[in-house]
Amino acid sequence: MLKTKEVEFNYDNQMFFKFQNIDLNSNENLLIIGESGVGKTTLMHLLAGLLKSNSGSIKLFDKELNQMSSYQLDSFRKNNIGIVFQRPHFVNSLTVKENLQLAQYIANKNDNTRIESILKNLNIFEKSNKKTNQLSQGEKQRVSIALAIVNSPKLILADEPTSSLDDNNCSKVIKLLKKQATDFGAQLIVITHDSRLKKHFKKSIEL
Amino acid sequence: MNIFKLSIKNIFNKPLSSSISLALLVLGVGIISLLLQLNTLIKDQMDNNLRGIDMVVGAKGSPLQLILSSVYHIDSPTGNISLAEAETISNNRMVGSSIKILYGDNYKGFRIVGAEKKFIELYKGVIKEGKDWDNPYEVLVGSKVYEKLKINLGDELISSHGLRETGQSHDEGTFKVVGLLKPSNSVIDQLIITSPQSIWDIHETHDHDEHENEHENEHEHEHEHDNREITAMLIKFKSPMNIIQFPRQINENTNLQAAVPSYEISRLFKLFGFGIETLSYLAYLIIIVSGFSLFINLFNSMRERKYEMALIRTLGASRFQLSTMIIFESLVLTISGFILGLLFSRFGVMFVSSLMEESINYNLNSLKILNEEYWLLGLSVLIGVVSSLIPAIQVYKMNISKILADA
Repeated sequence: MLKTKEVEFNYDNQMFFKFQNIDLNSNENLLIIGESGVGKTTLMHLLAGLLKSNSGSIKLFDKELNQMSSYQLDSFRKNNIGIVFQRPHFVNSLTVKENLQLAQYIANKNDNTRIESILKNLNIFEKSNKKTNQLSQGEKQRVSIALAIVNSPKLILADEPTSSLDDNNCSKVIKLLKKQATDFGAQLIVITHDSRLKKHFKKSIEL
Repeated sequence: MNIFKLSIKNIFNKPLSSSISLALLVLGVGIISLLLQLNTLIKDQMDNNLRGIDMVVGAKGSPLQLILSSVYHIDSPTGNISLAEAETISNNRMVGSSIKILYGDNYKGFRIVGAEKKFIELYKGVIKEGKDWDNPYEVLVGSKVYEKLKINLGDELISSHGLRETGQSHDEGTFKVVGLLKPSNSVIDQLIITSPQSIWDIHETHDHDEHENEHENEHEHEHEHDNREITAMLIKFKSPMNIIQFPRQINENTNLQAAVPSYEISRLFKLFGFGIETLSYLAYLIIIVSGFSLFINLFNSMRERKYEMALIRTLGASRFQLSTMIIFESLVLTISGFILGLLFSRFGVMFVSSLMEESINYNLNSLKILNEEYWLLGLSVLIGVVSSLIPAIQVYKMNISKILADA
């Protein structure tokens, strides 16, 4: 399902990253772990099609990302990938529900029952009509998970979802992510420096 | 949810900065539109009341004053001229038709005009109730006069001397209302019209009283004929060519004054056209400033919102969709600015109109959209697009990966 080969990336000829090959089958989750500065975020952006590698190949769901145009990547992303960011981002002028509706609109979908069921599943349904800046940190994280899964992606990419959390919450969030992925039939790739997560994944690679 | 709704939500999320740009635009568009409306309305009103009057003959003085007083009934007359002299002119072969009018009195600020019956025909006056005057002291009342003063058929109006309300009242000047005129959207709406004889009679009695001793034994009829005066005479020529020569002949060879309304009115518009032009440059400047303010707003909000832009991109929106959103935000503001500006100008017109009705009994009311206002719409859209162009291009070129990595 994901196969990378000899992926290289450099920022303005200053920072150079060469990533090890990844081979992930369908129905497998993956933990990518690495210290700061080894290019974790870069790798995640490459996998999400937000960046293009300088050389090598990234094959995701049998599509070669390096051969796609920026427009094709946008379209590929909205149909296949949900992203959970380290720090949750939202459209601040919209409510929780409207943020999810916007995500659906972008993917040409319109399904309020799905939004409701996701919010209920994440226990934040009662916050539907709140502006996102009225939410607590934990609620924000859950809404950002909701945003990542609202369009039924086949792959959820999570960037440092637990770095700022204590052990208890760390375990909660990762379980929640895994549960959402399973519930909605998606695969999960977590990229982190947080070694506490190792025990939650059968498959992991170290950068 | 769609991009358009999102634009509107974004505007309402920052009400303060949005409303400053909006207010500037409303002001700019409003002023220009108000000037255009007033200019057009006054011009229409002026042209409408011209009714093909080619020339006005009256006493020497300011030609503009002569026109304003005897065609538009909004200024004091220049004085009186003798009936005999006026008749010499009206008998000239170049004159197609002439109407003699005379002033002297007012009723509660509304002018009482002595005029030949042709005067009412000129303005297509139609009697709504009652009948035409047959005898002296019988009057027809224009629509605005009876509406405002609640005058009914058969009422008696005691006139005051002069054209202002404060004039000394005539004991003799009691007029009887015999007819009410339908609204004609012309000057006769604000006049009280009677036969020339009525005005002559009132002032004749005066003269008679004052000079009783001197003229005691003079022949009554001859006396009357010699001294009768009128205020002005409205003239239509047989051929439009005469407009060049005839007024000059009168001005050079007689002690009367001839003025050409179309010429005087265009002179008047040139006079206050300068002020209008200056004011509209100022208004265009305000519109440009509103464009800048809009640009700065969008530019700053792009910076504040770069993470949400990046988010929207990662959700799969294309560069183009995001740029469209920015341009939409700007357009929503400028187009609503345009609409509010038009509303502002319409209220302005109504306000000025009510002021004018108070002071000179003129009424302006037309709320149609002028061609120039479509240009204003075009300008507003242009301002909207131009001021959002740089922010939109920035969003288009945004490096989402870099923004997200910096977070």
